[in-house]
Amino acid sequence: MQQSLPGTRNVARLLRWGNRRLSDTIFRGITILLVLFVVAIVAGVAWILISNSMPAIQKFGFRFLTNQAFDPVHNVFGVGPAIFGTLVTSAFAILFAIPIGVGTAIFLVDFCPRPIQSPLAFIVELLAAVPSVIYGLFGFLVLAPWLQGSAEPWLQKYLGFLPFFQGAFHGLSLFTAGVILVIMVLPLITSVSREVILTTPTTQREALLALGATRWEVIRHAVLPYSRIGITGGVILALGRALGETMAVTMVVGNQASPISPGLFNSGYTLASVIANQFNEATPGLFFSAVIEAGLLVFIITLITNIIARVLIYRMGHRVGGLAT
Amino acid sequence: MAIEVRNLNVWYGRSQALHDITLTIESQGATAIIGPSGCGKSTFVRCLNRMHEEIAGGRVEGEVLVEGINIYERSIQPVYVRRHIGMVFQRPNPLPTRSIFENVAIGLRLNGLARGDALKEIVERSLTQAALWDEVKDRLNESAGQLSGGQQQRLCIARALAIEPKIILMDEPASALDPISTFQIEDLMRELRKTYPVVIVTHNMQQAARVAEKTVFFLQGRLIEQGETGKFFSRPQKKETEDYISGRFS
Repeated sequence: MQQSLPGTRNVARLLRWGNRRLSDTIFRGITILLVLFVVAIVAGVAWILISNSMPAIQKFGFRFLTNQAFDPVHNVFGVGPAIFGTLVTSAFAILFAIPIGVGTAIFLVDFCPRPIQSPLAFIVELLAAVPSVIYGLFGFLVLAPWLQGSAEPWLQKYLGFLPFFQGAFHGLSLFTAGVILVIMVLPLITSVSREVILTTPTTQREALLALGATRWEVIRHAVLPYSRIGITGGVILALGRALGETMAVTMVVGNQASPISPGLFNSGYTLASVIANQFNEATPGLFFSAVIEAGLLVFIITLITNIIARVLIYRMGHRVGGLAT
Repeated sequence: MAIEVRNLNVWYGRSQALHDITLTIESQGATAIIGPSGCGKSTFVRCLNRMHEEIAGGRVEGEVLVEGINIYERSIQPVYVRRHIGMVFQRPNPLPTRSIFENVAIGLRLNGLARGDALKEIVERSLTQAALWDEVKDRLNESAGQLSGGQQQRLCIARALAIEPKIILMDEPASALDPISTFQIEDLMRELRKTYPVVIVTHNMQQAARVAEKTVFFLQGRLIEQGETGKFFSRPQKKETEDYISGRFS
């Protein structure tokens, strides 16, 4: 019989469909494998950190978080000052980088004369391309002496009633590390903010302009509410960088486990710089385990801040309704 | 008369968008501005509240007199002009992060015109004028983004009305809406034209015929013909107008 039955044709179509489904399945399998690979790396890092820090965790428990000394000679380890230093320098950096960065972005988009807009934006992004060891050098050779000789005495003279600006002047200090971090996270916040501010729809700006709003009011009521989520994203990236930044901070923070105090002019320590200073000499056993536990703590702190940030963004997103198009 | 436009020439960078427009708009009633895409009709209304100069490269020459005052006078701030001339755009543009109430109140707050109970009263009045009050009175605190497209556009009209403008400009206010919402907006236009001079840009000739007492025809940046709407459509004077109305080009 020459003529094929309608039924066989359907079967043929089904078979072809079957092939396509097979290729789909293969493709899905590959992508799942790739995802598992990423998950495995994260899990592996976490597992290595946890298992290697077990000796220190068992020996010191929560005292590891509060102990002042990181003392290989007496085999007593604690990273209280380093946790404090990490949080203080990062908070300082974010606190000052947000207004400067967002302000720069607003200037670049809304107030900058057009011909110099792109060159300026490029220069800002160039800041991000400078290797951190060079920031460290700049901080050590230029910033630290200047802060110690000029800025710190000036701050103490006029703002000395605040606990942050009391105490002796140190060039290599939490303050210097904070300032270096401000410079380092600035390009991140600026360029992300600039990108999202640029995406504010013209219709939103015009809505405000048509009501007789000034330029600042347009930014305040149309641009910033619209860009809020994106800017927060940039801030989270910046915070991650500040918490984990090692080289530049280690070069200027002083690496002294000073007692915890609000004074920013004190020398300090951060978790990342503890690792950078000690990993080379760490002898197997408790010492090594303590260095790894410092790493575990950086990991956990970064994780927690990221989770908090995600929740923040999620809640912001839910308050923004959709725009009809 | 509400607006008197004299020898208006407008540029986008080097290309001239409007050539020597001279036109009078009466202090009551609706004026429709029609013409094919790119004829400069939107550009024209954006010159009536100094919105055109917000675009990079936008430049305006000539005079626009509103109640006898040239709004392009050096001493006059564009912000001041826009505060007195309301504008409704092609796409509904409520502020999505703000509540329905705040969307109407924002113009009043920005310009320091009212607060407290007086503010609430004006918001209610404006929403009623925009035929939206009954639909939103129980959810004034919900986000404006929750409303449908037609409701959002009426919200934008309420927002423009709240600061009591002297003139209302509408730039194709119904072109992004469904037929029912379009009719609601047109009803609203007929209501508004009793109290305000209304200038409506539209590419829809039926709409012009339905809502406007006067119709102006633009073609390639030039004012071709203007006249009382009935006459304009039944007995056009110029060949270009007749061609356009009869659909010989679009």
